[in-house]
Amino acid sequence: MIAPPKPDLVTVNIDGKEIAVPKGTNVIEAARLVNVDVPHYCYHPKLTIVGNCRMCLIEMGLPAVDPATKAPIIDPATGKQKINWIPRPQIGCGTNVSPGLHVKTTSPMVKEAREGVMEFLLINHPLDCPICDQAGECKLQEQSTGYGRGYSRFIEQKNVKPKRTQLGPRVTLDDERCILCSRCIRFSKEVAKDDVLGFVDRGSYSTLTCFPGKQLANNYSLNTVDICPVGALTSTDFRFKMRVWFLKQTNSIDPESSVGANTVVWSREGQIYRVTPRRNDEVNDTWMADSGRELFKAVNAPDRLATTASIDTLVAQAAALFKANSTPGAIAVVGSGRSSVEEQFLTKQLAAALNATASTHLVSRVGQGDKLLISADRNPNVRGALVTGLISALPSQKLTALAAAIDAGKIKVVVSVGEDLAAVGLTAAQLAKVSFVYLGTHVNPTSAAAQVVLPTLSVFEKNGTFINQQFRLQKFAKAVPGPSGATDDLIVLAKLVTAASARLSSAPLAAIPSDLGSLWKLLAAEVPVLGPITYANLPETGLLLDATPFVALPFVEGETLHFKPVAPAVAVTV
Amino acid sequence: MNLQPATLQSIDEVITHYPADQKRSATLPLLHLIQEDIGYLPPETCEWVATKLGLQPINVLEVITFYPMFRQKPIGRRHIKVCRTLSCALVGGYKTCEQFEKEFNTHRGDISPDGEVTIDFVECLASCGTAPVVLIDDDLHEKVDCAKAKQLSDQIKAEAKKR
Repeated sequence: MIAPPKPDLVTVNIDGKEIAVPKGTNVIEAARLVNVDVPHYCYHPKLTIVGNCRMCLIEMGLPAVDPATKAPIIDPATGKQKINWIPRPQIGCGTNVSPGLHVKTTSPMVKEAREGVMEFLLINHPLDCPICDQAGECKLQEQSTGYGRGYSRFIEQKNVKPKRTQLGPRVTLDDERCILCSRCIRFSKEVAKDDVLGFVDRGSYSTLTCFPGKQLANNYSLNTVDICPVGALTSTDFRFKMRVWFLKQTNSIDPESSVGANTVVWSREGQIYRVTPRRNDEVNDTWMADSGRELFKAVNAPDRLATTASIDTLVAQAAALFKANSTPGAIAVVGSGRSSVEEQFLTKQLAAALNATASTHLVSRVGQGDKLLISADRNPNVRGALVTGLISALPSQKLTALAAAIDAGKIKVVVSVGEDLAAVGLTAAQLAKVSFVYLGTHVNPTSAAAQVVLPTLSVFEKNGTFINQQFRLQKFAKAVPGPSGATDDLIVLAKLVTAASARLSSAPLAAIPSDLGSLWKLLAAEVPVLGPITYANLPETGLLLDATPFVALPFVEGETLHFKPVAPAVAVTV
Repeated sequence: MNLQPATLQSIDEVITHYPADQKRSATLPLLHLIQEDIGYLPPETCEWVATKLGLQPINVLEVITFYPMFRQKPIGRRHIKVCRTLSCALVGGYKTCEQFEKEFNTHRGDISPDGEVTIDFVECLASCGTAPVVLIDDDLHEKVDCAKAKQLSDQIKAEAKKR
């Protein structure tokens, strides 16, 4: 018994399975819903349809009606309406569903059509899989196994084309491997708005080229590598570095701006090799910026902070510093919009334990938004600081209030969570007046001047969550272990909170949890909007939080992909 | 681009044949007009046409390289097009072509040393009954065997001498 479809749904029959799909869905997507794979190369769900690879050929038919009376023609053998099968295969990507559409994806005609298309695609393909970077994630490889004829009848010479063209600073092209699907051309034109790629010549001489004198140099160029179904476009950085099947995939979030593009971090034996986008239709579709793919290189940078001292020794030093400056208001806390929600929550606890709630600061980082996947706010998690209550107003780029308080001699100790205070408007003279406790990953003037340095982990080495510009809570997971001599931020902060509360009251608090499971219980209790959520049950594509308390704030973001600011963005001086 | 005023005028006129949001359709007519004027499509054509039609240069380059009859290099003063399709090939089109090559001491696709001609093979010129046929610039010559090819070559050389 099939329920009558909703008005905007269309019932189709794919390989005998009935399914109701929204109007305008094409056959590939409809088949995906009934777990039927329609192989394809040129079709990409986020690009326009061109139908030039011909791989998605299917057999289709429509219910028969009498031409004169429009009455359904019933097949006497089955008692059902007869289906008029079209005697030629049709492309699945360019065929939108219509009521009663019947599709066969496994009929002999379809099988033969796929074998034919595969055979033609392989004619000029070099079959150099053993040295090809795409091997293991290559659509041509997978589909020639799944749908090809298995052996070649081609005995002629293959075409010779350019083998290693530098299309731009980050992309290398092997034209012989190209199957002319034109995904990269459409991406450059439609998404990146940088129309520099095209096919020159024709027939089997067609060659993907960048216009002479121009380069594929936009900040989204590496997405062409991701969508290339074969090994034609390769990342110059990742090329020949590692076999993809050896790499472990960890879901992560791009921390370079408040867009929070979903990513996958590919690592092996504690070493990160590449970062690619992860599909999230509400945030970044299937794209990410090139700049976000380079960030993992900072993980093994020579200026990474590490210590040989035990973390407890360092925390004791910090505690001594806190104790020596116990006059209320003598300690300031500089939190970070780069910290995770959990870390910001603990930073807030630390500020409370240090009587520093009034002098808690956050540093704003503002750049030019590119209207696509990099927003003007270059902190990934300013919203997290608002939601957890670390701050109540939007941060500014220069900490003038803190500078004034230092000048007035009120502040004696500053706890900085990864923020370089020299870069946010504090002069050397002001820095010299105070003592620092610095938590961070890399060397900077503040860490050099700090009395206590607590080395912590980068976003690739820990678990946590960010709240992006849409107030979407998204989680990232630990891809690689941190270096020796660095401790998880949450452990450091929890120990500092315990040390700080010991200073103040005779009965120190029960140890603040530093594992995400128990921390989220505390977080849910104290921050109502996070109530029903735990780190474990947060979906991989994130969860939209209630943003009503913050709509009136003048956020700096302009429009980006899938995001329109509620209030018009304030004028930004970069 | 060094185009004659008349060409520029026709270019502007041709663009009006297409809807304002589909100016791209004028790419092909524009390229023809430029080739008629200059004799070939110099490298700056892509950018010039792209600017004229609000496109990116790669879009124009794709069109130019797709069609073999768009020339990206200059040719000789005259263009000798010898048919090589079946009927002409059967009755000696290839020999005719070789005769022309010998007369002008050149090779297909190149400009002859005296700059007078470029010889090319082309597909059917739609005069199979009088094969082999040759098109010299816009004039069709029928039943061009080796002797007639020599005669035509001498004619061209004589005209060249007069200049």
